[in-house]
Amino acid sequence: MRSMRGRLALAAAAGAAAELAGLGLIGSAAWLITRAAEQPELAALSVAIVGVRAFATSKGVLRYGERLAGHDVALRAQATTRERLYRALIPAGPLNHRGADLLSRMVDDTEAVQDLLVRCLLPAAAALVTGVAAVVLGLFLLPAAALVLLAGLVVAGVLIPAGTAAAARRWSARIAPARADQAARVADLVHGAADLAAYGAGGRALAACAEADARLAALERRQARANATATGLGALTQGLTVLAIVLVASGSGAGRVATTVLALTALVSFEPVLPMAAAGERLTGVLTALRRLREVRATPPAVTEPTAPSPLPGGPPTVEIDNLVVRHGPGRPAALDGVSLTLTPGRRVALVGPSGAGKSTLLSALMRLVEPESGTIRLNGVEIGELSSDDTRRMMTGLTQDPYVFQASLRDNLRLAGPEADEEELAEAVRRARLERWVARIGWDTVLGEDGRTVSGGQLQRLALARALLNDPPVLLLDEPAESLDEETADALMADLLDATHGHTTLLVTHRLRGLEKVDEIVVLENGAVVQRGAHRELVRVPGYYRDLWRSEALTAGR
Amino acid sequence: MHKDLVRLALGERAVRRHLALCLAAAVLAGLLVLVQAEVLAGVLSGRFATSALALLALVVAVRAALGLVQGVAAGHTSTRVKSALRRRLLSRLQELGPARPASRRSGELVTLAGRGLDALDPYLSGYLPAAAVAAVVPIAVLVRLFAADLASAVIVLVTLPLIPIFGALVGMHTKAVTERQWRALSRLGGHFLDVIRGLPTLRAFGRARYQAEVIRKVADAHRSATMRTLRVAFLSSLVLELAASLSLALVAVPVGLRLLSGSLVPSTALLVLLLAPEAYLPLRNVGNKFHAAMEGVAAADETFAVLDEETAPAGRTVPNEGTVPGARTMPNGETVPAGKAVSDRRTGRPAQDGEPRGRAPEIRLENVTVRYPGRSEAALEDVSLVISPGERVALVGESGAGKSTLLHLLLGFVTPVAGRVLIDGVELVAGTAWRERLAFVPQRPHLFATSVADNIRLGSPGATVDEVRAAARASHADEFVTGLPDGYETVLGERGANLSAGQRQRVALARAFCRPSADLLLLDEPTARLDGRSEGVIVTATRHLAEGRTAVIVAHRPAMIDLADRVIRITDGRVMPAALIGGSR
Repeated sequence: MRSMRGRLALAAAAGAAAELAGLGLIGSAAWLITRAAEQPELAALSVAIVGVRAFATSKGVLRYGERLAGHDVALRAQATTRERLYRALIPAGPLNHRGADLLSRMVDDTEAVQDLLVRCLLPAAAALVTGVAAVVLGLFLLPAAALVLLAGLVVAGVLIPAGTAAAARRWSARIAPARADQAARVADLVHGAADLAAYGAGGRALAACAEADARLAALERRQARANATATGLGALTQGLTVLAIVLVASGSGAGRVATTVLALTALVSFEPVLPMAAAGERLTGVLTALRRLREVRATPPAVTEPTAPSPLPGGPPTVEIDNLVVRHGPGRPAALDGVSLTLTPGRRVALVGPSGAGKSTLLSALMRLVEPESGTIRLNGVEIGELSSDDTRRMMTGLTQDPYVFQASLRDNLRLAGPEADEEELAEAVRRARLERWVARIGWDTVLGEDGRTVSGGQLQRLALARALLNDPPVLLLDEPAESLDEETADALMADLLDATHGHTTLLVTHRLRGLEKVDEIVVLENGAVVQRGAHRELVRVPGYYRDLWRSEALTAGR
Repeated sequence: MHKDLVRLALGERAVRRHLALCLAAAVLAGLLVLVQAEVLAGVLSGRFATSALALLALVVAVRAALGLVQGVAAGHTSTRVKSALRRRLLSRLQELGPARPASRRSGELVTLAGRGLDALDPYLSGYLPAAAVAAVVPIAVLVRLFAADLASAVIVLVTLPLIPIFGALVGMHTKAVTERQWRALSRLGGHFLDVIRGLPTLRAFGRARYQAEVIRKVADAHRSATMRTLRVAFLSSLVLELAASLSLALVAVPVGLRLLSGSLVPSTALLVLLLAPEAYLPLRNVGNKFHAAMEGVAAADETFAVLDEETAPAGRTVPNEGTVPGARTMPNGETVPAGKAVSDRRTGRPAQDGEPRGRAPEIRLENVTVRYPGRSEAALEDVSLVISPGERVALVGESGAGKSTLLHLLLGFVTPVAGRVLIDGVELVAGTAWRERLAFVPQRPHLFATSVADNIRLGSPGATVDEVRAAARASHADEFVTGLPDGYETVLGERGANLSAGQRQRVALARAFCRPSADLLLLDEPTARLDGRSEGVIVTATRHLAEGRTAVIVAHRPAMIDLADRVIRITDGRVMPAALIGGSR
């Protein structure tokens, strides 16, 4: 942190020095010319000549140094912000904070730190130093003129930026909803294209979108006018200040040299100050972004970690779920409403039921991603809330909902589930996930996930399954392993899977019933509660969800 | 300069006017700097009386006013260009129709047509005016300098081209390096988002904490790579800065010495000192705005790429809002003027119950083959079938077998490459008139970001509140809609109320009910992803809706299949012979 502060100071100093060199350049040049007009000895000018040359050379070099140091420090600050954000996100959080759009916005927000430094703080420091230097120079030459300059600089560097910041706050409050409305209309047109075409409503939707667009454009135009006003006022302040200084100087009988130096340094001292108007506008957005990041970091994790976690109990795993109730937020219906289930070593249980029945929630509870409202989950007799959540997931994990493929090689994508695995183990996992032909075709070192187009849904699903099989946890959790595969592959994969996991403690969530005669128990969940349980041959005999689903599967698949 | 963009800007009158105003104001304000320098030099050297400061005040005021005009006109230009592009993009999407290839990344299009176009702002309102100023003002400054003092003018004339030349040299030398670096940067920058998105997966395999170290390392690599790039990229601005400040020194020192010898008058010397930097400033401004402008150019490129994309997929084009020939032929040979049964469709109001509705149509497919562009297998292959008026047909088969394609064919979203679709013996013309006879419930109905009532009256915008309610009651939607915060006026969509899958389907069914004029019902797995209870409600409502209409229902579940008079199995784009189906039912 201290080196960070040092670097920041260095960047600020370089920036200020560059501006001062600019000020010195124009000051010494003005002095040189007006003094030369009085035709003194050449020696009287030599200092000014050296000054002009030195300032001219150093200005560019200092500016270069400032820009490099400033960006370096900004990138470091951004890296720190990102790491802190990441660490804050490691514990599982509330589901509604983790949408894809929100995540992208968080990442965008971390760019705000860079803007804060490069576009707000460092330029402000340089402007301040330049302004102070110009005013101090003025005090030596003509105090009255210095006061005029001070007033002008305060207007351009403080009042106008304060105005733009306030305006940006007000405008963003009005523009953000208009923008969201327009985005929603665009999304309606694109995602609802079929509905619109079928009902001949495309023209109306297009018109509604154009209206929303016009509303947004009108607001944007008014914002542009506000910003243009600030720019105009800045230029006016600069011009009038110089003018007033000339008037004051000639009124008080200051010499031609002093008047010229005062006027020209005043003119140049505004150069770093005028961009403060834009910085004020940007600052509003930056502060909003930083506040959002603080809020994310302040969000409590979904599950509380024990202060002194119990050691992992040894031995073959037995999982006892007793009367488990999970709610995804206060006041919402229970996602799991009193579910009990026991997994003994080597036992395989399948969870079936309509979507939204709570199947994935049960897996989340086992993986300590959600905190149960009541009920217990015990692992070899120890309640999992007493274990660290990392330890719990070491025992119970596998194929989760929405698996993700990283922008990394196929090998690395697989190996994250088994960092110590050798080539043979990798190949074996791939083979068991029925992925070997694809792997043979694209090769182990192909980078996946760029633009998300290299991997199809079915391949992603099988890659995720391969990860789960490679990880080989004591209790294997599989959430819809055959999802988004074609029928034939899905059947083959399920058959393989049911063979391969024989004797392995497994909890399988599936909507395909084929092959379930091989599992030890089938649990049917509906609306968060167990409505049926038993073996396949029992369940197909009694009326209910399972038999209905079995029949419709047989009918649609033509079996 | 972006060719397509400029052409667009010049093509729209309002844009052309505002762009011209914006550029003119910028150039004029730039030229006024010459006047300002003239007056200031005159007053400071004592050539002009102090009263000339009034002229200076006027110039300052006019420059400020021009700044305001430039900003306002720039706002008009960029909002209008964005609106025009957005309009064209969205109209283009409408033309392409709902059956456009799925590869057209809907999400990206939404982003491009929304925030993506905002990247044009810095290009239109920053870069273009700066470029116009850079093209005019340095030359004007040079002309004035030549008139004032030849020696100084020559120095500026010689050093001025150094800026673009050095810029180009540095640029050429570093272009390859920089481009490679920027690509690497975007990959490294993307890494963070990648890891954040994949965090649930990392957590599942206990790799989340380990990855924090990787993030730090990648960020370090990111930074040193960026700094390597910037060290070179900033060289061009170093050259700009040095050229500008050194030439000021090159001008000022000789001018001072010539003043000393008396060969130059003080007012000219001051004018030269004030004007010389103004020759370099516009070039520096353009350079500074270049990078942000390039993002806008990228957005424009992407937009024009979508606009220029090949329109028609294989086969005939589908007229989306076309009109049908004025009459349709009834099966008994009688010709019904299109206006008759359609009279209340024209007003956009649904027909009242009991009012005549066109007889349910007979649908006949003769050897129809449908092929999607870029796919080798046909989606439907040589399909022939007849659906009698008022018949309820269930389509079954594996996913991807061609069931939805058959519905899309009847909707007119796709056209056959071979064979004919006959409606009451007349070849199907998929236009507005035909679609007004349809009610469609898709697999995943889209709910629009508007009120529930407007969502239900999608197909009959003139429907009254009572008609909307009646439709909702018929589809069993009324019960949950009245429970919503604002009832039928509740706004749905991303920022509005969220409905469950079953509720969405009931709203979609209400849409169909709100179109009593429809005589062909097309349903695409309306009960997929619903639990048993919701399914029952939908099946009851569907049974009611199908009365007196021809209905084609893609179905998976027994309850929905039971509702049909006949089951048609589709396998690999072909209709299976009826005998085989009898066996499984």
